[in-house]
Amino acid sequence: MPLRQPGAVMNYRILSLGDAVLTIEFGAVIDRRLLAAVAAADQALLQAVAAGQLPGVVETVPTFRSLTVIHDPLRSTRSEVEAAIHAVLRQTAAIVARRGRVWQLPVCYGDQLASCGPDLDQLAAACGLGAAEVVRLHAGGCYEVYMLGFLPGFAFMGDLPPVLARARRSEPRTRVPAGSVATAGSLTAIYPWESPGGWHLIGVCPLPLFSPSWPQAALLQPGDRVRLRAIDAGEFAALQAAAPAMRVAAQPPLAFLAAAAE
Amino acid sequence: MRAVLEVLSPGAMASIQDLGRSGWRRIGVPGSGALEPGWLRLGNALLGNPEDAPAIEFLAGGLAVRALELPLQVALAGHCTAELVHAGGRRRLASWRSVCLKQGETLRCGNLAVGRVGYLALAGLAVVRHFGSASTYARAGLGGIDGRLLAPGVRLSVAAGCSGERLLQRPPAVDEAPIRVVPGPQDDHFDAPAMAIFFTQAYRVSAAADRMGIRLDGPPLRHRPDKGAEIVSDATVPGSIQVPGSGQPIVLLADGQTAGGYPKIATVITADLPRLAVMAPGQTLRFAAVSVAAAEQAARAREAELQALIAGIGPLAEAGNGDPQAIYTANLISGVVDAGAADGLPAAVGRSPGER
Repeated sequence: MPLRQPGAVMNYRILSLGDAVLTIEFGAVIDRRLLAAVAAADQALLQAVAAGQLPGVVETVPTFRSLTVIHDPLRSTRSEVEAAIHAVLRQTAAIVARRGRVWQLPVCYGDQLASCGPDLDQLAAACGLGAAEVVRLHAGGCYEVYMLGFLPGFAFMGDLPPVLARARRSEPRTRVPAGSVATAGSLTAIYPWESPGGWHLIGVCPLPLFSPSWPQAALLQPGDRVRLRAIDAGEFAALQAAAPAMRVAAQPPLAFLAAAAE
Repeated sequence: MRAVLEVLSPGAMASIQDLGRSGWRRIGVPGSGALEPGWLRLGNALLGNPEDAPAIEFLAGGLAVRALELPLQVALAGHCTAELVHAGGRRRLASWRSVCLKQGETLRCGNLAVGRVGYLALAGLAVVRHFGSASTYARAGLGGIDGRLLAPGVRLSVAAGCSGERLLQRPPAVDEAPIRVVPGPQDDHFDAPAMAIFFTQAYRVSAAADRMGIRLDGPPLRHRPDKGAEIVSDATVPGSIQVPGSGQPIVLLADGQTAGGYPKIATVITADLPRLAVMAPGQTLRFAAVSVAAAEQAARAREAELQALIAGIGPLAEAGNGDPQAIYTANLISGVVDAGAADGLPAAVGRSPGER
């Protein structure tokens, strides 16, 4: 159970995304206090929806710093939804964000197989480090899942060791391969699917990260922590061959769980 | 009884779509669903289906399907013509009607006269559902037939039988008014001159148009130097108009990503998003700003209009040997498309709107 802290949820402002969507914005940065406020607001609004206090609301979407609320404009007006949200949030206290499971995921970095991380050398040069040092630092981190979004199962994780933080590529790729391990700013992520993308690609994870046959569909959940283990090309090939079976299994690959919830 | 409808050709691109899924954006799963939900509902109403039944959504035209073994009924929605190929020859059909396909008969959709989207509604399609919807989201293998776009040779299991062809008395009008948007949520990343450009200049639908989004070509929108072209990622929705560093706006659609790091200058209103989503590469548009209250009113008006169209569905009276829907053709299409040509397709679909 999340711990409730005294005091109401933080200050926020409401932004319009057309007539069917609004965003409750708590701030503009990546910050633990904002994550806690978003989690509290999300939980409170979901309870209010279940209790029938937010007519027409169909979905809420938490991010680092905001909670987006989608409603049916034929069932409720913006002013009705806004008034109901204010009423709920007035009575909502911030909560400590959930601490989830700890994973240890295998990564084949670009120093093992060039096709694994085409941006590793460039990123290393930009950081004034050798490629092996970048791998050591990246694989040595423990990253928290801040939010899911962008693509199914895409987990925004942080924080990188500050020396690795670099702005995203100026020229985004139209095609980033599935499994790519990437960095941008203070964040790192694994692309669950092939997609366009502007992050620096430094390695590949052979595991599936999303499947509709798993209970929660997404392997990584907000609050989970992720450690990485550098693997060589041989282990990568073996895990890649096992990946299709993992994707159709009834459970996600729990063998890669490092420890139970604390 | 089950009948089988074989996809002979998906045309430029075709997929199974219903009204989409909700509740899963929080794990990155977009809503997907029909780009023009109103037309899907009209197609379903023509067949007497539930309004959210899954149908074939086709982009640009060229879809061809054949009834195997048993007769079955389909309905066509969208601004296109089609031809029915039967043992005795061919018969041209206009859109916005249901039609019975007898055993061995083929329906070929021609190029779309207006826009890039059409629907072939199906009776009782048996299809897998993921997260509460049959909509295909091919990137993650969800919905549809094995989570994929339709390919030649795919066989769809549908209800057998024909129960009387029906017709939409009055097809939806083609509306070329400006696309209405509510400014924001990050319009503060743009100064007054940039906003003035956005609301006065014409933008053209580029070749980078798919189900994820449409990249527009037009005068670039410069970000305020003190605000820049990046934000800490927050939620995006269908209708979000992102402006990346290039200054060329991208409108996100049904399969669009659920979060993004580019400032969003405005959001297309519910009533007008389908009108934009079905525009074909090369078409031009302008944006107009409205209030949330005006957008809500427009949403109600659009729904009322759709209900009126559905109420006007009636039995198709076969009038002799002519095409009973010549009236539609006159309204919508100048110069009938050669629906039989397999290669008459625009090449401009499928390229992704690009970087995220």
